[in-house]
Amino acid sequence: MAGHALTDDIIVCNAVNKWFGEFHVLKNVSLAVKRQEVVVVIGPSGSGKSTLIRTINRLEEHQSGEITVDGIPLTRDVRNIESIRMETGMVFQQFNLFPHLTVLQNITLAPIHVRKMKKKDAEALAMELLERVKIPEQAAKYPGQLSGGQQQRVAIARALAMRPKIMLFDEPTSALDPEMIREVLEVMEDLAESGMTMLVVTHEMGFARGVADRVVFMDSGEIVEIGTPDTFFSAPQHDRTKLFLEQILK
Amino acid sequence: MSSQTTSSTWVNTNHPTPAGRPPASQVGVVGWLRTNLFNGFFNSILTIITLIVAYFVVTGAVRWLFNAYWAPVWANRKLFAVGPYPVDQLWQPALVLFMVTLLFGLSAGRWGSFLRSLAIGLGALLGVLALLPLGTQAQLVMAVALGLLIVGFVIGLRVAIGSRWLVLAWLISMPVTAVLLKGGIDLQRIGITWSFAPFVNPGLYGGLMLTMILAVVGITLSFPLGVLLALGRRSKLPVIHYFSITYIEVIRGVPLITILFLAMAMLPLFLPKGWDSPSGLVRVLTAITLFSAAYLAENVRGGLQALPKGQYEAADALGLRGWHKLRFIILPQALTKVIPAMVGQFIGLFKDTSLAALVGLLELVGVARAVIQQPEWLGVPGGVAKEVYIFVAFVFFIFSFGMSFASRKLETRLGVGKR
Repeated sequence: MAGHALTDDIIVCNAVNKWFGEFHVLKNVSLAVKRQEVVVVIGPSGSGKSTLIRTINRLEEHQSGEITVDGIPLTRDVRNIESIRMETGMVFQQFNLFPHLTVLQNITLAPIHVRKMKKKDAEALAMELLERVKIPEQAAKYPGQLSGGQQQRVAIARALAMRPKIMLFDEPTSALDPEMIREVLEVMEDLAESGMTMLVVTHEMGFARGVADRVVFMDSGEIVEIGTPDTFFSAPQHDRTKLFLEQILK
Repeated sequence: MSSQTTSSTWVNTNHPTPAGRPPASQVGVVGWLRTNLFNGFFNSILTIITLIVAYFVVTGAVRWLFNAYWAPVWANRKLFAVGPYPVDQLWQPALVLFMVTLLFGLSAGRWGSFLRSLAIGLGALLGVLALLPLGTQAQLVMAVALGLLIVGFVIGLRVAIGSRWLVLAWLISMPVTAVLLKGGIDLQRIGITWSFAPFVNPGLYGGLMLTMILAVVGITLSFPLGVLLALGRRSKLPVIHYFSITYIEVIRGVPLITILFLAMAMLPLFLPKGWDSPSGLVRVLTAITLFSAAYLAENVRGGLQALPKGQYEAADALGLRGWHKLRFIILPQALTKVIPAMVGQFIGLFKDTSLAALVGLLELVGVARAVIQQPEWLGVPGGVAKEVYIFVAFVFFIFSFGMSFASRKLETRLGVGKR
């Protein structure tokens, strides 16, 4: 996205390692994301791309290396973890909306109890965000009454309600029926347009091509290649990247 | 239309197909009989045998019921209601009944749903009791209680009382009940004594009233304790984790009756020197609460484990933590999932209160045991145990059924099992 002022790094991962038992999921991963940058992470399943973004808000703990988010080092210190979680919003593959709460309650819960916002203000904010994701009329419904695409848009609104500086997307369209992928991607494109820093794990190559500032390709726990969409898709450097692109773009 | 199997392309030109009806042999009374009772030789035989057995059981039961000797139950109706509570102070339990029916009416009016059906059941029960010739005073009490139930219901419908206040009122009603029944506050240890009537020894509480006290207080206290234990069992702190596991497994490994006997014998040992030894009521309540909490903890744990990991992760990612996560995300979902199991547990607790009879409390079964021993009925051929126990069983059934009914309604309302 040309025209964005790309300033200092907001996420810095330096030589991050993680094991699940004996399995080495992240191998010396180093990645820096600049403010307002949109970085798309692609790669075959099991390559560690989801794990990577889940370590950034401590849903997974890394075992060595440093992660810094907006200047806050991610350590075992609960206060640091809390501060980082308040600055990062996350959108999950399975939406993970709270099924026992209405759409409005889903969105206002964290602002009221974590940000200590007044209920009225939180609801006004929630409605504003629902307008933005184009489903204000669903505010009083329960997640179970919505389509997958609508649920995912509510999940995006819920994450945005905490006024995060960074949005993490963990395969946001992978659980959606094909006809609903478009509506979620549109919301994400708007968000990128507005200058949000985004780290997106996805299989949507169209999104990577059109919206990403940089594309990161991961394979078996390592970052194999990083490039701008133009160079990445037209002139991939590494053999593994070429192979992967051949398989998915066939 | 049948050409679809032979040609490679086919378009349904008849769309939409009009709705049809099933063949006549599968609907109606005959169809029902055929599919459910007489579908085949073996099932027909089974149906006939069952009918014959049912005939003998029903006629036998009805014959016995009309020849049964109900005098012991009728003569001891006061004992079955409140036990040996002093007759001239019966206005105190009456006040408690008034308070409870008023609160019940308010709740039913305000919250609606299954409470409304339960209130209708309770109202019908009170109405029947008011019409039975129990005695003028007792009938008056029942009539007033019924009136308060209705008044509370109407107020609850009309006035928007905050749910929080109603819950608070229910919680306060318990210590108020204790004070009303006791006739004041008798806490000499901390220097508080105040009375509005002669003190009543808790040993004189009895009958259905005592059963209700044991069940309601037992449920109210064991619920939070059970939730704490369930959370403790999942705690990452080893002390809390292992304490919870030990507690749950030890209590679940021991019959309630032994805990009751132990509580009777051992509770005083745990109190500071010089304290009055607690009444039998307090000891039994302690035993029932501690026992029930262990089972509840396992039910709640089931609910906690059934919650998808994504719910915890979503809460974490939003920065919700500790109490907030538990209060707004985890517990509402986990507890909803285990309502059937918990109500089962509460019904069990309600019926288990009958074991208190074995350590000398005069709750329903205790009263039944006393009534059977009364000298008036020694001459009755065959004794009066059958009638007395059938009556007691019937009373237990009415309330257990009420709880079970409420649970089913609550499940439908909260949509458990629909997902």
